[in-house]
Amino acid sequence: MPQASPRGGDAIDRRNLDWYIDKGVQVLVFIGGVSGILFVISIFVFITKEGLGFLTEQFSIGEFFGSPRWAPTSSHNPTYGALALIAGTASVTGLAMVIAVPFSLGAAIFIGEFATGKPREYLKVLVELLAAIPSVVWGFIGLSIMNPLIIKLFNVPVGLNVLNSGFILGLMAAPIMTTIAEDALKAVPDTYREAAEALGATRWQVILRVVIPAAKPGLLAAVLLGVGRGFGETMAVLMASGHSINLPTSVFDSVRALTATIAAELGETAVGSDHYRALFTLGIFLFVVTFVINLTADLVVRGIRRK
Amino acid sequence: MASAEAVSDIAIETRQVNLWYGTFQALFDVDLQIPRGRITSMIGPSGCGKTTFLRSVNRINERLGYVRTTGSIEVLGYDIYAPDVELVQVRKRIGMVFQRPNPLPLSIRDNVVFGYRVHSGRRKIPQTELDELVESALRQVLLWDTVKDRLDRQATELSLEEQQKLCIARLLPVKPAVLLMDEPCSALDPKGTEAVEELIWQLRGDYTILIVTHNMAQARRASEECIFMLLGKVVEHAPTDEIFVTPRNQETADYIEGRYG
Repeated sequence: MPQASPRGGDAIDRRNLDWYIDKGVQVLVFIGGVSGILFVISIFVFITKEGLGFLTEQFSIGEFFGSPRWAPTSSHNPTYGALALIAGTASVTGLAMVIAVPFSLGAAIFIGEFATGKPREYLKVLVELLAAIPSVVWGFIGLSIMNPLIIKLFNVPVGLNVLNSGFILGLMAAPIMTTIAEDALKAVPDTYREAAEALGATRWQVILRVVIPAAKPGLLAAVLLGVGRGFGETMAVLMASGHSINLPTSVFDSVRALTATIAAELGETAVGSDHYRALFTLGIFLFVVTFVINLTADLVVRGIRRK
Repeated sequence: MASAEAVSDIAIETRQVNLWYGTFQALFDVDLQIPRGRITSMIGPSGCGKTTFLRSVNRINERLGYVRTTGSIEVLGYDIYAPDVELVQVRKRIGMVFQRPNPLPLSIRDNVVFGYRVHSGRRKIPQTELDELVESALRQVLLWDTVKDRLDRQATELSLEEQQKLCIARLLPVKPAVLLMDEPCSALDPKGTEAVEELIWQLRGDYTILIVTHNMAQARRASEECIFMLLGKVVEHAPTDEIFVTPRNQETADYIEGRYG
């Protein structure tokens, strides 16, 4: 028991239960905060370690980025050209953005600037709900609905192609982009709108000349995060893209994505084999690309906020 | 619609204006005749409806969505609450300066010509025309010499006083007849206040200016007519010299002497 101080009351160095709770919470929160950094670093270290053998021994930049021949299981002459896979991912993501950017910016402008009251609340909830649909469900839609539809509409032999997966991916990325873009629009102070309206600007002029320029960094970040989402998406693309190694020349060509390749092949390789390590090299590449995209998005937002 | 002759000295004429925010009534039967080409100030304690009235003269109040207005407000002979009125035209004739300077997040130059561009439609405006407008507007608000070398800088980088002058300057290229000012000096320091008041004083004659103020001394030194409002009603409207020296109404006298408010 702490001694009562001679002047009455508790001793000045008395520690009660609250003091210990405070310290304990501080430690817990610190662990929580640092764990994020630790996880990212350890994932990167793990992927790099697994893929490093390939990078230092067989890896040739020319083949990896220049050759479309991905044939790691060939018994006499395995090749590791990722060009077709990169082109597959890029074409699907590109088409997805062409679809998603206008849709999501339009939706964000409608929700943020035009809709009011109840419809606005419903729309926001619905958009967030859309973001919560599991990607395998989207893949299922691509496989069983889009596939026959594309075959019928465009009279092509296969409906699992860039068009299908790009469309599905666009729909998947749009909700997230909408939500972030709407946040960016909402962050524009209302005094700007009021000032422009008082000067006689119409609603559309206010949006086009004042709100969008002011929200530009946030909108750009929304698009970049959408691109990052597209790059990293696996299941839906695997199911809807046709999964055949191909340098696409039209939207009706089947392609294979980087992510889908890893997902489909990793389970069938021997741990530590060349094929296994090559897949991890793809992983490193994906990790770096998405990291750069997300970092850029973050810097864009931060840079303007400081200004 | 009244003829042009009938409005020769009256710029704003209101009849039985009542206004509700939802179920709360903020204005009661406001009848006012505000003279053309003079500075009229509106005073009264917080919540008396003076800002509400000001904001219904250019219908910016309607942004809130739950505002209902009855009665009529005629500005230069046009009933701006008539059903076929275009808000864009109303706001072209009636400029507004807000309590906090609110320059748009654009360059100084683009701020000055924003309204002009908006009202020029699809027409491509020659650069020389824009340059002249910018210079003359900034000269009128006594800002030209300070900012002429940095017209392409962000307007938000200016000091508050300069921002408020810019907010006045951007109204001028559209050639409004009426300027509404909602406590235009309340965010400024005494020096800025003096400068902006001086500017407003210089603009009288060319424009009908209606200025809401919290500051009785400001109303006294910077306006020619004065309106005292209380609880959503107009109590007294008289020349500024009279209202401050010989108020006709006891409530006005008490407010002016600082017994409440």
